[in-house]
Amino acid sequence: MTAPLLDLSGLRVTYPGRGFRARPHEVLHGVSLLAREGETLGIVGESGSGKTTLGRAVLGLVTPSGGHVRFRGRDITHASRKERRALARDIQVVFQDPYSSLNPALAVGDILSEPLTTQGATTREARDRIAELLDQVGLPKDAARRLPREFSGGQRQRVAIARALASEPSLIVCDEPVSALDLTTRARVLDLFVDIQRRTSVAYLFISHDLAVIRHVSHRVSVMRGGEIVETGDAGQVTSLPRHPYTQMLLLAAPVPDPVAQRERRQERHRLLARERAEPGAVERVEQGTDPGQFGS
Amino acid sequence: MSTAPSNATPARDQGDRHDPAEAAASRRSPLRRLLRDPQAVISAGILLVIVALGLLTPLITDHGPNQASLDAINADAGSHGYLLGGDKSGRDIFARLLSSVNTSVVAALIGTGIALAIGVAFGLIGGYYDRRLRAVTEWVFSLVMTFPGLLLLIVLLPVTNGDYRVTMMIFGVLLSPGVYRLVRNLVLSVRSELYVDAARVSGLPDRRILSRHILYTVRGPVVIATAFLAGASIGVQSGLAFLGVGPSTVPSFGAMIADGFTNFYEEPLQFLWPSLTLGVITASLVLLGNSLRDVLEGGRPEPSRITAPAPRPTTGLTTGAGSSGLLTVEDLALAYPTSSGELKEVVSGVTLSLEAGETLGLVGESGSGKTQTAFAILGVLPAEAVVTRGSVRLDGRELLGLSERELCGVRGRAVTYVPQEPMSNLDPSSTVGSQLVEGIRTTTPMSRREAGERALALLSRVGISDPRRVFASYPHQISGGMAQRVLIAGAVASRPLLLIADEPTTALDVTVQAEILDLLRDLRKELNMALLLVTHDFGVVADSCDRVAVMQQGEIVETGDVLDLFSAPRHPYTRTLLDSLLDENSARTDQPGVADESWQKEAR
Repeated sequence: MTAPLLDLSGLRVTYPGRGFRARPHEVLHGVSLLAREGETLGIVGESGSGKTTLGRAVLGLVTPSGGHVRFRGRDITHASRKERRALARDIQVVFQDPYSSLNPALAVGDILSEPLTTQGATTREARDRIAELLDQVGLPKDAARRLPREFSGGQRQRVAIARALASEPSLIVCDEPVSALDLTTRARVLDLFVDIQRRTSVAYLFISHDLAVIRHVSHRVSVMRGGEIVETGDAGQVTSLPRHPYTQMLLLAAPVPDPVAQRERRQERHRLLARERAEPGAVERVEQGTDPGQFGS
Repeated sequence: MSTAPSNATPARDQGDRHDPAEAAASRRSPLRRLLRDPQAVISAGILLVIVALGLLTPLITDHGPNQASLDAINADAGSHGYLLGGDKSGRDIFARLLSSVNTSVVAALIGTGIALAIGVAFGLIGGYYDRRLRAVTEWVFSLVMTFPGLLLLIVLLPVTNGDYRVTMMIFGVLLSPGVYRLVRNLVLSVRSELYVDAARVSGLPDRRILSRHILYTVRGPVVIATAFLAGASIGVQSGLAFLGVGPSTVPSFGAMIADGFTNFYEEPLQFLWPSLTLGVITASLVLLGNSLRDVLEGGRPEPSRITAPAPRPTTGLTTGAGSSGLLTVEDLALAYPTSSGELKEVVSGVTLSLEAGETLGLVGESGSGKTQTAFAILGVLPAEAVVTRGSVRLDGRELLGLSERELCGVRGRAVTYVPQEPMSNLDPSSTVGSQLVEGIRTTTPMSRREAGERALALLSRVGISDPRRVFASYPHQISGGMAQRVLIAGAVASRPLLLIADEPTTALDVTVQAEILDLLRDLRKELNMALLLVTHDFGVVADSCDRVAVMQQGEIVETGDVLDLFSAPRHPYTRTLLDSLLDENSARTDQPGVADESWQKEAR
């Protein structure tokens, strides 16, 4: 069997403490997970769970303090700048905020040509590819000449997706790519993500706090809490019939857009809370039973 | 996808207007905008003329600046071919003036050039690279900053041999810490921008990131600083020459002023010419710098406040069906002045009503005007907002048109507010407890001790397990969910009739959101309080609301019972919104890794 696309084992990330001689602060406590070619691995967790740091570690924007990041079997944990540049062809990113992820001073065409010329494309090749990319993400052709501020949030996110797709990567780290978008825009951008994956078999490491979003795009899901993965499994199972109490709680806390179903869900949540209060150790016991990093199926 | 024609909630993000004309205007190059600014054109014109005269000195006058003629001592203007007369040594004042311009220009170029070269280079390095390197550059520049500038230049006279060019080089070094700090701060603020991260992920080398992404943002403020640095350099060079530092053979404004000064009682004009020219040059530089700042940083002119036309209260006309409720908003419209001076409506004719103890969800996408409607009810619209028509009545009393003082009797008492961002609505400099006590004492007069006890009771009522600890904490010491509980405690302290909550859970995690929604539901029942819940989340609506009003582009398109709205939406926009929801059934079912080959070929 060939090596998996992305293989994280025992990944630890420590941020230096703030202030003089402050204690360093570990935000990832040994995270292990695997992502296959062409699949979407959803990472869901609340704020402070370390999900964004996980993505940044894969991208090389933070340096892990322990463990390994392997890409197609190659250890890239401490890849040099030069190796990173070669990797940029394969690993790309779409960030949450479509406002600050595009340089306001550069025209869309310049933003898109940057990753291409870095990889050695000529101006002419880049121009052809940009037209193709704009078409692929559903933006008009004249978009290349315009500045980011002339676009709405959803359109900017399409530009960011086009930039990520430019070098035909095999993995895109998507860090909350639809959280800043409106409801209708969000649905369209998510469909675009799925559509692009079907066409190009790019894999996504899709990070979000929203179970509904994760459910919509993921094949498999890992649930993070406090710098650890508490549950990994098939998307349908994790997001509908979670095994771990924390995931259950997360699922029940997310309100469903249906007044009747939501009333039931709320009552169920209150029951779970009452049970949890009566028997506080339940969470810990189940945690020891799970085996993070393994395929759920 | 639409271009979202009115994607603006003016109070929240002014910068997010998608007005194509405006966007095109701001896309116009800064140079073009500079040319439309009379102050910039005039000051730059004056400087150009002066510099050009300086460069053309040999053509304009046939006297050298140091060429003295004994019979021209204190000569009158026009005599001996001296346009402005002769000075006390019989030299041509006009020729000396022109040569002094050249000296000043050279001084400005050297001083500014050195300051910029050192300051920008090290500012980029110090700002972009890691903390250890920054510590070193920081220390060095702080040290340079402690040098007493003018004194040092005088003391170093034996080293510089009095050559003003060498002096200006040293002065450039002394000026560089200012530039360094400016650039370093700018770099620090853009370094963490996501587009810089994206460039790093693209594998761009540091040097390219610095030149392409970072230098671009730094450019504007540096251009502005340059104008002021040039002024400072000219000033210092003249000052030193005035003090007599350096050889007297170099014509300079400073030396000329010093000469004129000694001759002041005999020929006051000799003092006037150099002073005037020096003044005009430095003033032009400062004014040009200000114009540059306006063009590169300030951008658009502030919309001037337009006095609100008296709202047309519709009292008396509609004592019918809708007016029995606690809150009645009728035909409310409000507008903001655009930069062209016209009014742009953001809320157009909103009508809604709320019974006591009821929860109404005000739902819409960003820019729909839902927050503006809430602000109008609260009477906290920004100064430039204009309520063009409509009425807002609480318990039968018209709120629009009330004075600020009368409004204070309503706001915080009968109507209270819970914001979206709990953290930014707490003062970081004082404790949670003192802020609660202050709020309670403003609405209900009572002693500090009583108010403190009441605050503690409220804190435990909103589900805070250790109220004493939270009471004594500063906002940064508590979590976002906790801060929202604190704000809710403050909002219900006066037992309000109506609580307006603007996206109260959007900034919170789902588990915390569920708890806050539970809390709001319980409090509402307990106090028989009406709740106006502004939100974009249909899950929150389904969880907490009795009735729903759907807003789109400043208008309410549909109002109805929550069950009816979800089961049978009438308006197409509501249907679009509900269709965009990702529900339980939207789970992904296709298998990974099987890309459609035909698609793939087409994409290449």
